[in-house]
Amino acid sequence: MTPAATEVGPKDPVQILTPDGQRLPHEIYDAYLGDVDEDMLRGFYRDMALTRRFDQEATALQRQGQLCLWVPLRGQEAAQIGSGRATRPSDYIFPTYREHGVALTRNVSFSEMLRLFRGISGGGWDPRENNFHMYTMVLAAQLPHAAGYGMALSMEQRGWDEEKLAAEGNAVVAYFGDGSSTEGETHESMVFANSFNAPVVYFCQNNQWAISVPFEVQSKVPLVERAAGYGMPGIRVDGNDVLAVLAVTRWALEHARSGKGPVFIEADTYRLGAHTTADDPTKYRMTEEEAAWAPLDPLIRLETYLRENNIVDDAFFEQLAKDADQMAATVREDAMAFPVPPLAKSFEQVYAEAHPLIQEELAWHLQYEAGFADSGENA
Amino acid sequence: MTVFNLPDVGEGLTEADIASWKVAVGDTVEVNQVFVEIETAKSLVELPSPFAGVVTALHAAEGETVLVDNPLITIDQEGNKPAPTGTPEPAEALATAAPVASEEPGPLVGSGPTADSSVRRERTNRPAPSAPPAAARPAVRASAIADTISRRAASLGSAVTREVDRAKPAMASFVDRVLAKPPVRRLAKELGIDINDVVGTGTQGEITREDVNSYQAQREAEHAAAPTYWAHGQLADARVDRTAVRGVRKATAKAMVDSAFTAPHVSIFVDVDASRTMEYVARLKKSRDFEGIKVSPLLVLARAVIWAAARNPSVNASWVETPQGAEIHQKRFMNLGIAAATPRGLLVPNIKDAQNLNMKELAVALNDLATTARAGKTSPEDMRGGTLSITNIGALGIDTGTPIINPGEVAIVAFGTIRQKPWVVDGEVVPRWITTLGGSFDHRVVDGDLSARFMADVASILQEPAMLLD
Repeated sequence: MTPAATEVGPKDPVQILTPDGQRLPHEIYDAYLGDVDEDMLRGFYRDMALTRRFDQEATALQRQGQLCLWVPLRGQEAAQIGSGRATRPSDYIFPTYREHGVALTRNVSFSEMLRLFRGISGGGWDPRENNFHMYTMVLAAQLPHAAGYGMALSMEQRGWDEEKLAAEGNAVVAYFGDGSSTEGETHESMVFANSFNAPVVYFCQNNQWAISVPFEVQSKVPLVERAAGYGMPGIRVDGNDVLAVLAVTRWALEHARSGKGPVFIEADTYRLGAHTTADDPTKYRMTEEEAAWAPLDPLIRLETYLRENNIVDDAFFEQLAKDADQMAATVREDAMAFPVPPLAKSFEQVYAEAHPLIQEELAWHLQYEAGFADSGENA
Repeated sequence: MTVFNLPDVGEGLTEADIASWKVAVGDTVEVNQVFVEIETAKSLVELPSPFAGVVTALHAAEGETVLVDNPLITIDQEGNKPAPTGTPEPAEALATAAPVASEEPGPLVGSGPTADSSVRRERTNRPAPSAPPAAARPAVRASAIADTISRRAASLGSAVTREVDRAKPAMASFVDRVLAKPPVRRLAKELGIDINDVVGTGTQGEITREDVNSYQAQREAEHAAAPTYWAHGQLADARVDRTAVRGVRKATAKAMVDSAFTAPHVSIFVDVDASRTMEYVARLKKSRDFEGIKVSPLLVLARAVIWAAARNPSVNASWVETPQGAEIHQKRFMNLGIAAATPRGLLVPNIKDAQNLNMKELAVALNDLATTARAGKTSPEDMRGGTLSITNIGALGIDTGTPIINPGEVAIVAFGTIRQKPWVVDGEVVPRWITTLGGSFDHRVVDGDLSARFMADVASILQEPAMLLD
């Protein structure tokens, strides 16, 4: 069933939906899209549209001084929704700091995600609830974590037969970007995962820019070609094509969970906006380049496909826009209403159990706070 | 009526320029409707409105700069159109909640108070937190905690400033030039400022961009005033600039008057061939032992003065009036004062027990003293108890002068500039490094022959530093 790695072909990006909304047949990956019906297609569009609307609202909140920082994902919705929807709830996800769309597929609350960016929490959600790890602000730091988690999974699943692995086996999806691909941790993680045949799917969203460094400065070859060096299959996929991303990620997860080891996916996409709200891309990239990518927008091609095949009508989009605005309003309200936890709370989160040094420092802190004339107001 | 203050839209930005307003007073705005485009140090950014309502005031004109946390726009969420005059009803102004809203509407930038993000919260007079409250815990426990905290402090981030303070002397001895970031050095260079002349106010004594700018501003103010300086005198009421005498200037004046009119000064001068001193200094500079330590002829002079004072101890003394009559206190220690021009004026901090320092220790002490003085951080303790002083007027290119004795002392040595001059050696005129030493002495304590012997001894060392090895 699973084709050999060589058949996957790292050279040409896998594409199922063309930018003008035509669906292409694919000899390998059609088999991974058999269950995709009209409901699912509408769902993918909805996921992407809601994610984009959330991204917009969070950007606005940052501009209004309500978030310290925001990391926009506009343009990368298909790569995130397609890959996120390919996972099982029991799989474990290691995101970067930009995987808002993946978070949606894991049922992580958008509102909760803003705690981190509001600067009132080191995390914001319980990773154990949705198997969606904390956002990692340090580039590529999550990749060794992912390899370790994968190694633990393979220990746990040692001795399972093929059938059991296919049915109950778990895998890890490790997200990273083209910028992270040049970090040492990426290399180490891939070496370990391959040495231990860990069920890790390395999902790289190559959005072409590592802040202001263009991709061609970071690698002379498509990143996917590096996979061969580690001895794992590499797949290059059109990252703005939600169906292609879904199919290749499903293939990769199947490969990984069946005990065959890690897979590298390079999803070609484009960051339509800024790296973060503290960045201004007009300083380092050309308007022509942005204009060339604009028609490749993942939402446009799916909308075209849905409309041309009469899967949706105008009412669908109108309703969706209303729902999205409602969601955004709720997110805004929730975010503004989050209580700001006292700093003293942080001392509880250093060690699982009480620790004498931390206790001492807490006592010092409480007394320091109590020394202010206005103490009690915001201790 | 809600005032929206300019947020920090980047990471750590402090201000932004208004690029263009997208709304005008009286316009209705929706939540998230872009109302202004601003330009920050990092980027051009569109700001979406956080409120829906009617715009009642724009607080800055296009092109103006607004500081973060200062008012940008006022929006009436009730949707009331502003009064045609543009001035608010008194009741309306009172009803506004934010403190900034008490400002009058209309362009405010440049006239309103600057929001100070680093306003200190007022403290009660409870004890400092290094000693936890006794009531809260048994006393032993409390002091144990305090101990632990102070022990930990060195390794914890909370004690960064203390760490930095401790690191300062270490840094100073490792780095043989002033600390400044490359862009700041470049700025100084572009402005034609010798960065060594600028006083650093950074956390580690480094020179910041502001330091260079303020140095330049001061220089400009002085230089720019020069061409018109006399012109101002033409105005009848501006013929004299009056400055109140305060602070260091006042203290200096009193000390000089006290000294000049209580101690009868005798001043003597001697020209010295300091070529050997220059060679010696050059050798020290290259020596590994003195790596990272600033070495100058002043160091040799300081050593010479200490050496010569031991041979002529009456110069290291003071005249003390007592109820039983005057006494001369001759000191068996030397607190060597070095007169330093500082931003606060003339100060004479001294190196305590300078007689116990070897050449290297003395070099370090001189550096520290100068650095502290230039940074304006000389403490009163540093200036107390001096026994003999040096004034390095040569640093300003002056040959010599008649220095006034630092009160409480009986001798001062003025170190003139060292420059190459024609000098007769063995009947031949050759270029040599020549300096002039000046000395003033309190004739009540130091007689003429004694002061002459002292000056000759100091000069002999400058002529031949190897004599120090005796």
